[in-house]
Amino acid sequence: MTGLLDVRDFSVGFGSAQPVKGVSFTAAAGEMLAVVGESGSGKSLTALGLMGLLPRHAKTAGEILFDGRDLLKLREREMRSIRGHDIAMIFQEPMTSLNPVLTIGNQIVEVLRIHEKLSGKQARQRAIDLLDLVSIPEAAKRIDDYPHQLSGGMRQRVMIAIAVACNPRLLIADEATTALDVTIQAQVLQLLDRLRSQLNMAVILITHDLGIVAQWADRVVVMYAGRKIEQGLPDALFETPYHPYTQGLLAASPRLKADYHYRDGPLTEIRGSIVSATGEQGCSFRPRCPVARAACGQSVPALVAVSASREVACPYVPVLAERAHVASVGR
Amino acid sequence: MKAQELKIYADTARDFSAEEPETAARITPVPERRWTHIHAPDARTTAVSAPRWQGRRRELRIFLSNPNALFGIAVLAAIVFAALLAPILYPGDPLEMVARPFLWPGQNPAYPLGTDSMGRDVLAGILHGAQISLTVGIAATLLGLGVGVTIGALAGYFGGIVDDLLVKLIEIFQTMPSFVLLIVLVAIAQPTTMTVTVAIALVSWPTVARLTRAEFRGIKEKDYVLAARSLGFGHARIIFREILPNALPPLIVTSSVMVASAILMESALSFMGLGDPNRVSWGSMIGAGRDVIRTAWYLTALPGLAIVFTVLSLNLIGDGLNDALNPRFSEERR
Repeated sequence: MTGLLDVRDFSVGFGSAQPVKGVSFTAAAGEMLAVVGESGSGKSLTALGLMGLLPRHAKTAGEILFDGRDLLKLREREMRSIRGHDIAMIFQEPMTSLNPVLTIGNQIVEVLRIHEKLSGKQARQRAIDLLDLVSIPEAAKRIDDYPHQLSGGMRQRVMIAIAVACNPRLLIADEATTALDVTIQAQVLQLLDRLRSQLNMAVILITHDLGIVAQWADRVVVMYAGRKIEQGLPDALFETPYHPYTQGLLAASPRLKADYHYRDGPLTEIRGSIVSATGEQGCSFRPRCPVARAACGQSVPALVAVSASREVACPYVPVLAERAHVASVGR
Repeated sequence: MKAQELKIYADTARDFSAEEPETAARITPVPERRWTHIHAPDARTTAVSAPRWQGRRRELRIFLSNPNALFGIAVLAAIVFAALLAPILYPGDPLEMVARPFLWPGQNPAYPLGTDSMGRDVLAGILHGAQISLTVGIAATLLGLGVGVTIGALAGYFGGIVDDLLVKLIEIFQTMPSFVLLIVLVAIAQPTTMTVTVAIALVSWPTVARLTRAEFRGIKEKDYVLAARSLGFGHARIIFREILPNALPPLIVTSSVMVASAILMESALSFMGLGDPNRVSWGSMIGAGRDVIRTAWYLTALPGLAIVFTVLSLNLIGDGLNDALNPRFSEERR
């Protein structure tokens, strides 16, 4: 697998606030990368940053290398030819992400005509194929429907059809299934997974649903307060979460306790709430961390590679502590 | 599909792969393309040949099923027809004296609507007046809409300094009383149909600009505009294809009222003797009939009725179009 996307030390700032603080991650072609974190952790801003769709007053730093080109340095015109063609995005709200006055067919055709320069008739045929690809029954009939004539799940499929219309190499799904009910969610994810392998796309799945991550992701990035705090393969990450925040997230997830019933008492929670994006000394999880020490307020813990695929940003993780102990004893 | 083995890090290890957790959604792999059997074999090919017009048929149906709109269309069509027929039915100058003055309607079958104080044919005047009223009304509205929508769209879409400058410009126009401005403009220029049209457009565009700006400011924050940007659409395409159609309903209603008010403004100018002196217009006919309103009220009432029916028909059409062009709204009303 070759690295398609390489985000290096990417930051977003609004005035004095910095909601994304130096995030780095990579995504390879055909890979499904999950980015997890609670609301306010900077997931969506990172996604918008990848698309170059941040508000004009946002200040960005770092590098976003897509296929070797730094997207942050591209001019608007060049970026426009990449958007929708090489990188596409699916948004959270299928109810409002389609233009209400255009038929869904027209909305797909539009993208094809811009990026692929297809004629009207070719584009229409292609649009029907795409609706078929995303399993819309009777695609040829549905193509002239307006968005308000479709259900939420159908609309999200149409959104996906529009997003994959030009065979993008990277698809960003920003909470794409959050607004859908569980069975539709599963169908949409299956669809994404199928398209990923059929079209060899990299998919960045932004979500806060750990069940989805466990089931579908190839690799997981956990974000907290604008920083990447842990990364790993889902098996290993769910088996032994290192960072106290990841541990808390997993403990708070009802799916992981099959024998748990709500009558047994409330679920474990992470106390406190996410800190504001403004300046805070040291580890941003410190106020909520069960194992916080005085040293945590001194400096931001660096990401340390635990193994080839595993990184964690907490020096007090047992593995690292053990390793440090071994090193000091050995010396 | 990948089934991960999930364990709680703190608890004792438990093998979940053996049993299905009751809280987890049961996701069974689905064979590819499971709805293929629903497709009629020829469904795709037939749909491709369907014309683009198909998408507009629904709006047309809604519009045509509205009796008020149909009435408006009928009245307006009659007026347009009359305006077109005027040079054929009355080829001469309608300002020419043709008969004895103060013939009442019906007195002489050759002059069905009678003659005025100067012996001019009232029907010929009304037909020729329809021409100038409609021309001025429609041309001034198109001009005003063009300027107003462009300026309002730029201000609303780009915001920032562009918005500040354009809003100042709009406000300069809005602080001046529009009818006084109109009179001044016509008084400075020679009163011809052209200058009257441009002057009316100049005083009416700020309303459109403000309305367009407000609509654009709201709509540009919508998710589908962000989605359109995420697909690499350019500014022009987003403005005209994504936002403008959604901003249209209020603009359509406004434009039909604008045609009506342009006709009223033209009539008012002509009434005051500031219209084109070489063309007959409904306003100038009312102005001329004003002096004799006690003895020959029909001289003011007939052109007045023409104005009322034209304005009314335009308003009814505007409402009908609004219902038809806003799919969600019209669906809710059903």
